[in-house]
Amino acid sequence: MFITPTGEEVFVIDGHTHFWDGSPANQRNIHGKQFIDCFYTYHTSLSPPDKLWPKDQFEKYSAEQMYHDLFVDGPDDMAIVQSTYLTEFYKNGFNTIDRNAEMAKKYKDRFIVNGAFDPRDGERALEYIHYMKETFGIKGVKLYTAEWKGESRGWKLTDPNAYRCLELCQKLGIINVHVHKGPTIIPLDKDAFDVHDVDHAATDFQGLNFIIEHCGLPRLDDFCWIAVQETNVYGGLAVALPFIHGRPRYFAEVISELLFWVGEDKLLFGSDYAIWTPRWLVEKFWNFELPDDLKQEHGVDLTQQAKRKILGLNAARLYGVDVEAQKGKLVGSAHATAAE
Amino acid sequence: MDAVLLHHDQRTREVWARLALVTDPELDESVTELGFIERVTLDDNCGVDIVFRLPTYWCSANFAFLMADDMRRAVSSLPWVREARPQLRDHMVAEEINRGVSEGRSFGDALRDFASGGSLEEVREKFRRKAFERRQEVMILALREAGYDDQAICQMNLSTYDKVEFDTEEAAHQKPRYRELLVERRLAWLPGDQAFVTYDGCSIKRYELASYLQRLRGVRINMEFNSSLCRGLLAARYREPEGNSAGRTPVDAAPCGGCGSGCAARSVEPPVTAENSAALA
Repeated sequence: MFITPTGEEVFVIDGHTHFWDGSPANQRNIHGKQFIDCFYTYHTSLSPPDKLWPKDQFEKYSAEQMYHDLFVDGPDDMAIVQSTYLTEFYKNGFNTIDRNAEMAKKYKDRFIVNGAFDPRDGERALEYIHYMKETFGIKGVKLYTAEWKGESRGWKLTDPNAYRCLELCQKLGIINVHVHKGPTIIPLDKDAFDVHDVDHAATDFQGLNFIIEHCGLPRLDDFCWIAVQETNVYGGLAVALPFIHGRPRYFAEVISELLFWVGEDKLLFGSDYAIWTPRWLVEKFWNFELPDDLKQEHGVDLTQQAKRKILGLNAARLYGVDVEAQKGKLVGSAHATAAE
Repeated sequence: MDAVLLHHDQRTREVWARLALVTDPELDESVTELGFIERVTLDDNCGVDIVFRLPTYWCSANFAFLMADDMRRAVSSLPWVREARPQLRDHMVAEEINRGVSEGRSFGDALRDFASGGSLEEVREKFRRKAFERRQEVMILALREAGYDDQAICQMNLSTYDKVEFDTEEAAHQKPRYRELLVERRLAWLPGDQAFVTYDGCSIKRYELASYLQRLRGVRINMEFNSSLCRGLLAARYREPEGNSAGRTPVDAAPCGGCGSGCAARSVEPPVTAENSAALA
């Protein structure tokens, strides 16, 4: 629970967190090393200096540390923990659903564990979706379209096999599809970060919600254009939000743009833990005011009500979390106190 | 300084000047200004080695290829250069790109192990449009700032555009760059041609300008954000972040690999500009 400087409670669902093992012992090859190194570059580039972690801690951290950073030191009430396999880069996977679920079961009522699938597995992907639903009761998946597999260097939501997987998800009630558009190498003649496949999939699967992580960045403009037309497309704020510390003007411009095109009902807070920790992000976000010139130019405002929605209420709606009931369950748990 | 060294420095400066004309298509900014060029080395046979690196190992392969190929062309156009050899390092497909560019192959050919065929024209075109729109937005806003009303802007011809002088650095910087794309695309090139049309060559009506600008604003905000992100990542990847108190050692602080061959003496680093050093500000 986040407590505002004036003593009000704000319910927080961290929409994007990870429990990964990127340690050298788990790295399969140079790509595994470069993958976690790249995350660490994001961490060092955008974190406040006093929030920087040593590299080895960043590569692999314990469940206890994660719990502490999110719920004890941090203001999260709940967190969505995403699964990303990357088995071409990591011997035991980067953060599989089994690893996530194992961690989550130690902390009752705190985590929503999401699955993942790779449509290039064909029939096996369909079987795996059934397995995740039956074993873990998932309500969402995280899809990483830039994942390498054999000779393949990425896939699209509109691939026929991906459509079969999405059909099954819709049928089984796995309704929240978090999409991370990492850089793909194929098709060679296309923009590597192209988000237009989301547009088609969102139109064709009206029973699913598509949460585009990082708001489509580095294709924010294309993402906004899609989100304004598709009622079931949402934006996750990870990567954009940390700019609030070092480059607040850019954050202000991006959030104004998102409020204008996408709207406050369709944006989700996410710390992208462990790239960033939620406490400083939530504190700064709550205290952030849009500059007057942007308010005027865009005709939008980042009100306290908008902040509440972004920090938790929107995710609660997508995942069917009854906020008042959930607060009751969590009474007595440690929570962060407001920044002075 | 003796004449040979002076000559060498002069040529190195010429190479940097050519490289400054190469842009990152995604950001529409110069690769030298972004800090992508690590070093330039001249050999005794009029060959030029250009070592460059990008903000991450995963940066788009197609843009990396385009930049490498553009660097080769730009530097090869100097009359004394016999061979320009761009060398991308620390990148997921560095080897394929370096080999492909040095052999003058197409992108689809150079990376054919991953998929067959494919050219980069569609991607180039998509980002040329975005570059046009970003530059255009700067100019329209600057004209409004200078007191021109929307009617005057929509009807302005190239001759009038050429005469306007701008106070802000950004507008002064983008003025010739916007004009360059107008002419290159044959959207306007005669003095009486309309200076503000869409990328597809349509006139912009006065009453449409506000909604048109809303869309261009998104293009600009995305590009500026990406530019800031890329600069920050590059600085964090290769240098000590400013104000870092975690006591990390820099990943690679030496301008050159420090191989001890004496090549460092022949490398020339770009001048540190205020903009470069402000990457993490």
